[in-house]
Amino acid sequence: MATFIDRRLDGKNKSSVNRQRFIRRFKNQIKKAVTESMNGRSITDIDNGEKINIPARDLSEPVFGHGPGGRREAIHPGNKEFVSGDRVARPQGGGGSGGSGQGQASDSGEGEDDFVFELSREEFLELFFEDLELPNLVRTQLAKATEFKSVRAGFSSAGNPANIDIVRSLKGAMARRMALAAPYTRRLHEAEAELERLLTETPVDEIRTRELIEEVEHLRARARAVPFIDTFDLRYANRVMQPKPTTQAVMFCIMDVSGSMDRARKDLAKRFFTLLYLFLKRNYEKIEVVFIRHHTVAKEVDEQEFFYSRETGGTVVSSALQLTADVMRERYPVSSWNIYVAQASDGDNWHHDSPACRDILLQRIIPFVRYYAYIEITPDRHQSLWEAYEEVKAAHPHFAMRQIDGPADIYPVFRDLFRKRVS
Amino acid sequence: MSSSRLISESSEWTFSMLERYNEVIGQIAGNDFGLDTYPNQIEIITAEQMMDAYSSVGMPLGYKHWSYGKQFVLTEKNYRRGQMGLAYEIVINSDPCIAYLMEENTAMMQALVIAHAAYGHNSFFKGNYLFRTWTSADAIIDYLLFARNYVAECEERHGEEAVELFLDSCHALMNYGVDRYKHPAPLSLSEEKQRQHEREEYLQSQINDLWRTIPTKPAETAAEEARRYPTEPQENLLYFIEKNAPLLEPWQRELVRIVRKIAQYFYPQRQTQVMNEGWATFWHYTLINRLYDQGYVNDGFIMEFLQSHTSVVHQLPFDHPYYSGINPYALGFAMYSDIQRICQAPTAEDRHWFPDIAGQDWLKVLDFAMRNFKDESFIAQYLSPKVMRDFKLFAVLDDDAQDELEITAIHDDTGYRRLRLALADQYNLGSREPNIQVWNVAYRKDRSLTLRHTRYHRRPLHSDSTQEVLKHLHRLWGFAVRLEAVDENGQVELVAECPSNNGK
Repeated sequence: MATFIDRRLDGKNKSSVNRQRFIRRFKNQIKKAVTESMNGRSITDIDNGEKINIPARDLSEPVFGHGPGGRREAIHPGNKEFVSGDRVARPQGGGGSGGSGQGQASDSGEGEDDFVFELSREEFLELFFEDLELPNLVRTQLAKATEFKSVRAGFSSAGNPANIDIVRSLKGAMARRMALAAPYTRRLHEAEAELERLLTETPVDEIRTRELIEEVEHLRARARAVPFIDTFDLRYANRVMQPKPTTQAVMFCIMDVSGSMDRARKDLAKRFFTLLYLFLKRNYEKIEVVFIRHHTVAKEVDEQEFFYSRETGGTVVSSALQLTADVMRERYPVSSWNIYVAQASDGDNWHHDSPACRDILLQRIIPFVRYYAYIEITPDRHQSLWEAYEEVKAAHPHFAMRQIDGPADIYPVFRDLFRKRVS
Repeated sequence: MSSSRLISESSEWTFSMLERYNEVIGQIAGNDFGLDTYPNQIEIITAEQMMDAYSSVGMPLGYKHWSYGKQFVLTEKNYRRGQMGLAYEIVINSDPCIAYLMEENTAMMQALVIAHAAYGHNSFFKGNYLFRTWTSADAIIDYLLFARNYVAECEERHGEEAVELFLDSCHALMNYGVDRYKHPAPLSLSEEKQRQHEREEYLQSQINDLWRTIPTKPAETAAEEARRYPTEPQENLLYFIEKNAPLLEPWQRELVRIVRKIAQYFYPQRQTQVMNEGWATFWHYTLINRLYDQGYVNDGFIMEFLQSHTSVVHQLPFDHPYYSGINPYALGFAMYSDIQRICQAPTAEDRHWFPDIAGQDWLKVLDFAMRNFKDESFIAQYLSPKVMRDFKLFAVLDDDAQDELEITAIHDDTGYRRLRLALADQYNLGSREPNIQVWNVAYRKDRSLTLRHTRYHRRPLHSDSTQEVLKHLHRLWGFAVRLEAVDENGQVELVAECPSNNGK
């Protein structure tokens, strides 16, 4: 007779280990595909995983098989007009891919389609950011709004009745009972043995016997009087609160939105910011993002406005740096925040402003941040801002600057900035 | 009576309903048709679990290997894209026979699948001689469990990478890890001793010390060197490696053995596609129709059933864009149905072609056919002219010595026999897979291993994959590996070797 078993609630990821192994094995190919898929593609959906193409031949499992050639007689169904003895031209094309017509429908050739599959978001980011690391990653101390988690910490003799540990308590009680009753039981055994001996002797020593009987009863009563369990035996599972380290980071995005920053450049900047954001997100549980845009004056805005509204006018970079420094001082104390700044600009600046930028950076920003990345999106020569920043770079290793030309540069530059450095 | 017997009215299924179906189908299968089955264990699973089951080639527990992950990824992709419906069931040749049913199936589908898997396939597993010879249904689950744990243990001890690479190599030769014929049972210890003793006595009786004083001729040493090992070619490459590869560690030998055992377990399935699927299809068709006749299911059910059944046994013609060879379900179903027809209502043609079975008890004939054949011999024995006409079969000869293809036979009087033989040959594993055997090991020289491929109808090996497989073989053997091909005239040529020796 049959048994029915409902397995629907069993784990469904029986194959996940095998899947992981598959990915690990073809890491190189997959990584190549990931990098290729990044170049010149919109990054907005980067958070959703990725479709990966791998040429099928790279992951074939070879077995002995017949190749084309030789003599073979194949049977096919659905004859319409052939009679025996007919000769037909050999169908051309599709070397071995028995796709259509009367090609070899045998197992000789397999299709060489690309092997496409989807990486989950985690797998994708894992590969995407592999070998990258945050420089100077010192986890800033516990945030002020510390969270606690309760952890087991042995047993205690006082506590909440709900936490009584029965096994422990009874073990303790048993030990105590044995210890407290020990003097009585020892004497009891002796008395009983003596009594037994006396009773077997022919003239029974009545007085001694009576004494012994009394003593035995007395001792039994004493031993029984040891309480089975005492409040003092009770043990409670002890839990203590441990502060949970919560790491948090803030990322400042600074972008020039003056007339010279056109749509394409903003898009490049956005990609860079997105990458940085995703990367930080992998390292910190909590991330806040501050968007600051500037032309001649700086303003803190939301994401939508940051990327999509357009302004015109000249450029005074120091205004943005000033605002950044202010926001940092007011809202993000260094003691509880890891601060990252990414700045994108086309390099234009009112040239009298550049020394001011350098000073603000050196005095009010760089000492407090983990990392400062400046990217200049321009195919042209550098201007005064770059030169001013180079002085900063020379003084501080956690200040980085790069030039980006087009979409294809972003990922390499990003990788370059965050490459794992062997220390 | 009729409406009260109905088991289900809607397409939703419940467990009690499935039990009822199973009970009724089981009664009909056992009592009316005498199907002999293992006990059933029917498991309901979700689509994701079905994908898991798929990717482990239907083994309920397999060891871990990336190739199963690849399979999984592939299945998932096809399923997501909607290119492929999942199978409605997977059935495992074990005792009790495990059948997986997908939860998404309708009530009709579940009944069909129970009939198909739990009674059709199940009785085939229990009855067919190949399965009886090569698989032990009651031990397979335990063995798979052992294999899984053993592989995991090896990974812990020797590293995942080493184990995985080694398994890759074994997998490449998996199809050459099966015994095709039963070997005689090994001698018992006393028989072995007896035999040794007899040989010794014989040798003693032949000995003459004088012979030792004669110096050996150089020709004799040459002959000694020319003597091949193994003396007879060996077809089971993995077995040969397990026993003879010079450098393997004991755990590696055990891994070879595991792969070999699993290959052997699947060997009957690869040889009985048409028979097995045809048998299961024939029985789900027969059983469900009987349910309908007896009033257990209603008209709606049977219409849905027929729709599903006909799509399973549909055969696309060769010129259809989606044509991909002969559908084993269709061919098998047609052949079993035709045997039934020949028994029940034979025509003159049938009496001429099948004098033995025309007019006999169809249950007995069918049972005999199921038990004693594999695809190749089943087709050679039972493919009737009527089936060939129904399928409009024709044979195309593709000879690379000729410029054109030739239609050598069609479904007419002169063609039947040739068609039948050619189709049987198409299902013959021996001709489908290249015949490659261990030919020689140069034990007294460089320990190189030589394989021989005996060409069948001048068919060459697939050159790229051959080179790859040789690399795997080289990894297992540890010394140079060579592959020679022998053509029909006995000419031997070197096809490939690893490590390649071009500089020579």
